[in-house]
Amino acid sequence: MEAFSVLVAQASDPDDLKNIEAAAGAGMAYGLAAIGPGIGIGYIVGKSVEAMARQPEAAGMVRTTMFLGIAFTEALALIGFVVFILLKFA
Amino acid sequence: MFGLEFPPINEILRWQDIAPSFNKVALIAVAAALIGIILFLLASRKDPSVAPTGSRNLAEIIIEFIEESVVMQTLGKSGLKWTPFLLSLFIFIFLCNIPGVIPIIQMPATARIAIPLSLALLVWVIYIGTGLKHQGIGYFGHLLWPPGVPVALKPLVGGIEFISTIIVTPFSLTVRLMANMLAGHILLVTFALLTEALLLAETSQIFLVPMSILPFGMLLFLTAFEILVAFLQAYIFAILAAVYINNSTMGHAEEH
Repeated sequence: MEAFSVLVAQASDPDDLKNIEAAAGAGMAYGLAAIGPGIGIGYIVGKSVEAMARQPEAAGMVRTTMFLGIAFTEALALIGFVVFILLKFA
Repeated sequence: MFGLEFPPINEILRWQDIAPSFNKVALIAVAAALIGIILFLLASRKDPSVAPTGSRNLAEIIIEFIEESVVMQTLGKSGLKWTPFLLSLFIFIFLCNIPGVIPIIQMPATARIAIPLSLALLVWVIYIGTGLKHQGIGYFGHLLWPPGVPVALKPLVGGIEFISTIIVTPFSLTVRLMANMLAGHILLVTFALLTEALLLAETSQIFLVPMSILPFGMLLFLTAFEILVAFLQAYIFAILAAVYINNSTMGHAEEH
């Protein structure tokens, strides 16, 4: 955050200031949105590996369910990414 | 200010129109549809009684993959009639994704929201249509109130179920595909720009130019990773479509 305050202090043009604030907000939005899904996907994959190791014959079924779970969890991070794009470029 | 100018989003995602209202993204989508159709037409022309070779071999591998790991895992044996639909979804999305890593073209057509959105709306229409066909007008009742909901909770559950099935499902299908491909595309652009900026840096520090090998290595790694993502996103889109169709037909089984 210190780097941003230095940049803000240097910016004299109000348009520049707006860009810097948008970049800071965008980075913050994506960073926060990535925390939850990161933990969630790690948990899903870890548990799936555990299940596959215990019962290798069920690996196919576990893998399909794992991908489904990842897809649902990942959607949250991706919405954060879309917010990042909207803040940064829109 | 940062010594590296990131191009505006329009420069990354938009091209000059080739013909009026027909740009590179549309060209990739048309090419993807044509390549898929031609591959399977060529495969169907071959003699099925001899051992498969060439295009028929490839087509059989793809069909077997869809049957084994998409249809059988979600819809079961009675859902094998859905194979053609899920197969065309998979092939089209994969062929739209993979140009993201092909040199010179380097644009996943699914990174623009139009194609994922129309595909998601197609899936939406199909799973609601399947529900109506299997359960009649009672489908909407099953959709809003799963069996066993107490009367006092019906307004709350109905509202949540309505939003999650009718609105959130197509939205998340769209955003998942679009944002994944867009994120990969922007990542590749970023590392390509870093490589270029380090390689062309006008500086007195001599060690800076050879350092461009680092972002270039990352670029190569991410390109390989994007091939995986292109395949995985097509697979996930197909399997989620199958899951939603299965949910529409399931209420029927529960009645008996």
